[in-house]
Amino acid sequence: MSSTSSTSAAAEFARRRQTPLQQLQHQLHRRPWLSPLFLLLVAFLAFFIATPTFLTASSMGILLQQTAVVAALAVGQTLIILTAGIDLSVGAVMVLSMMVMASLARDGGMPGLLALVIGVALATVAGLLNGLLVTRINLPPFIVTLGTLSIFTAIALLYSGGESIQAEHLPRLLNVLGEGFGIGSFRLTWGIVVVVLIYAVMAFVLSQTAWGRYVYAVGDDAESARLSGVPSRRILLGVYTVAGLIYGIAAWILIGRAGAATPNAIPDANLASITAVVIGGTSLFGGRGRLIGTLIGALIVQTFAFGLSQLGVDQQWRVLATGVLVIVAVAIDQWIRKVKA
Amino acid sequence: MSTIERLPLTHDAIPEGRRHIYDTDPVLTARDLVITFGRVIGLDGVSLDLYRGEVLAVIGDNGAGKSTLIKCLTGAYLPDSGAIHLEGERVHFRRPQDAREAGIETVYQQLAVIPALDIASNLYLGREERRGGILGSMFRMLDKGGMEKRAGQSVQDLGIQTIQNMSQAVETLSGGQRQAVAVARAAAFGSKVVVLDEPTAALGVKESGMVLEMVKQLRDNGLAVILISHNMPHVWEVADRIHIQRLGGCAGVITPQSHDMGEGVAIMTGAKTLSGS
Repeated sequence: MSSTSSTSAAAEFARRRQTPLQQLQHQLHRRPWLSPLFLLLVAFLAFFIATPTFLTASSMGILLQQTAVVAALAVGQTLIILTAGIDLSVGAVMVLSMMVMASLARDGGMPGLLALVIGVALATVAGLLNGLLVTRINLPPFIVTLGTLSIFTAIALLYSGGESIQAEHLPRLLNVLGEGFGIGSFRLTWGIVVVVLIYAVMAFVLSQTAWGRYVYAVGDDAESARLSGVPSRRILLGVYTVAGLIYGIAAWILIGRAGAATPNAIPDANLASITAVVIGGTSLFGGRGRLIGTLIGALIVQTFAFGLSQLGVDQQWRVLATGVLVIVAVAIDQWIRKVKA
Repeated sequence: MSTIERLPLTHDAIPEGRRHIYDTDPVLTARDLVITFGRVIGLDGVSLDLYRGEVLAVIGDNGAGKSTLIKCLTGAYLPDSGAIHLEGERVHFRRPQDAREAGIETVYQQLAVIPALDIASNLYLGREERRGGILGSMFRMLDKGGMEKRAGQSVQDLGIQTIQNMSQAVETLSGGQRQAVAVARAAAFGSKVVVLDEPTAALGVKESGMVLEMVKQLRDNGLAVILISHNMPHVWEVADRIHIQRLGGCAGVITPQSHDMGEGVAIMTGAKTLSGS
């Protein structure tokens, strides 16, 4: 048959000698989290050489504690970016949820558990609202979350009167994630444990279940997914709702971490979460990326902040470095998409 | 079963070796389908019979109603009147999923594959299989290994040699190979009917040849195949019968043996009418 010649030609093409650069491109295409991992290791090495206090057990513990909240938020952000969306209301949902749980417990005299459940449920409903606006009214996620960013921030500030609620006025359950345990001078908080659990559960869901596969499919090509029988709208709605739930848990972690419920606890939560996702190798165009990359991305951002502050360098250099990283990460993403068979 | 009267067949125009196909009852029948869109008449009383093991080509000019006809048969449109029977049972498809669950698979022109997912994931997209035991029932864990293995089998059954690795991302495949994945998916799940909408439109000569071979393979596996195509040489190469749509109605059913391409096109454009229909 005539096709045999084409088969062998194709096979020959597949067997061609690849340049080291092409091989790298291939590896990165298969494992997009490799480049951030490499960057994290380089950053670790550089700070280890530059400052002796960086790679110590106690420093590492602090680094992880500082990363926890953004790392948690970035899980929700990853889900949404995988569907080719974006969530600008991350921080606002978290703050709203945090202020509601804290003030229900302090002013409403509610038991800690009830306040926590209501706070997390509120964040989940906020996510659901984002999802409904995206799927039912077909508004672009950017616009929806830009709007709800303002709405949720305003509600949180109006509700709390803009004041902080200190930890000593709160039931122990709301603070417990700031407590922890030490292995020598390496100190971990329960908040870190919760973040690890969130990552483990969501990584399993994304890679091992049909729902996870649909998240990728909807993000990559929504119309093809629909024609293949994927319930696209239901998946999208689920993604925004689960993201809201995770922001609610992040709010709980943040109270423990900050020792208070403060309306402006992490002013840059939105961009920090998006940065972590993008540096972690998840494509802003949807359908590509791994949760492990996001975790590495969150660690990279925090490692730069922590390392540079230990060196006594102006924090603006950290901001500058983060900006460069984002651009490099997206440029690498564009390059590895052009991979050849 | 045979309450629906068959449409007449021009038996002598079907080659001796393939006449046995028409000894059984048709698997899918459509009778007097009418669908209108506002004032526009989409289908003006179209009927067809589709038999197991045959390739029925549907040709027609743009706007002749071939896509509309196919969409009625695959659940994308609900006809205003008329009846569709699958294996003698009256069916009312309201969504494409209804038709799919009944055993009618459609390969869309725009392919409906997900580039970032691998071949096995694409084949099983929308009907993933879970692991046995608690891992599947409670943790909803996918049976990746099993699906990959069965996907490899499906692809092999179609005689596709150029695709070996089922964990390869679809975006790394050529247009013909992607088409092959889409056809393999239809073949793996279409238990009764496979509908192919312009499967060779975007392909080169060699890749078209591969897809046409797959179409023949589907037919030989006992499936009923509907092929919509603008490419007359392809139609005349693989079709057993050719249903010609014209101005929302059926201008006649011919066979590659009874009429040549020129006559087919003439009927399609109205330059010639088929006697006796």
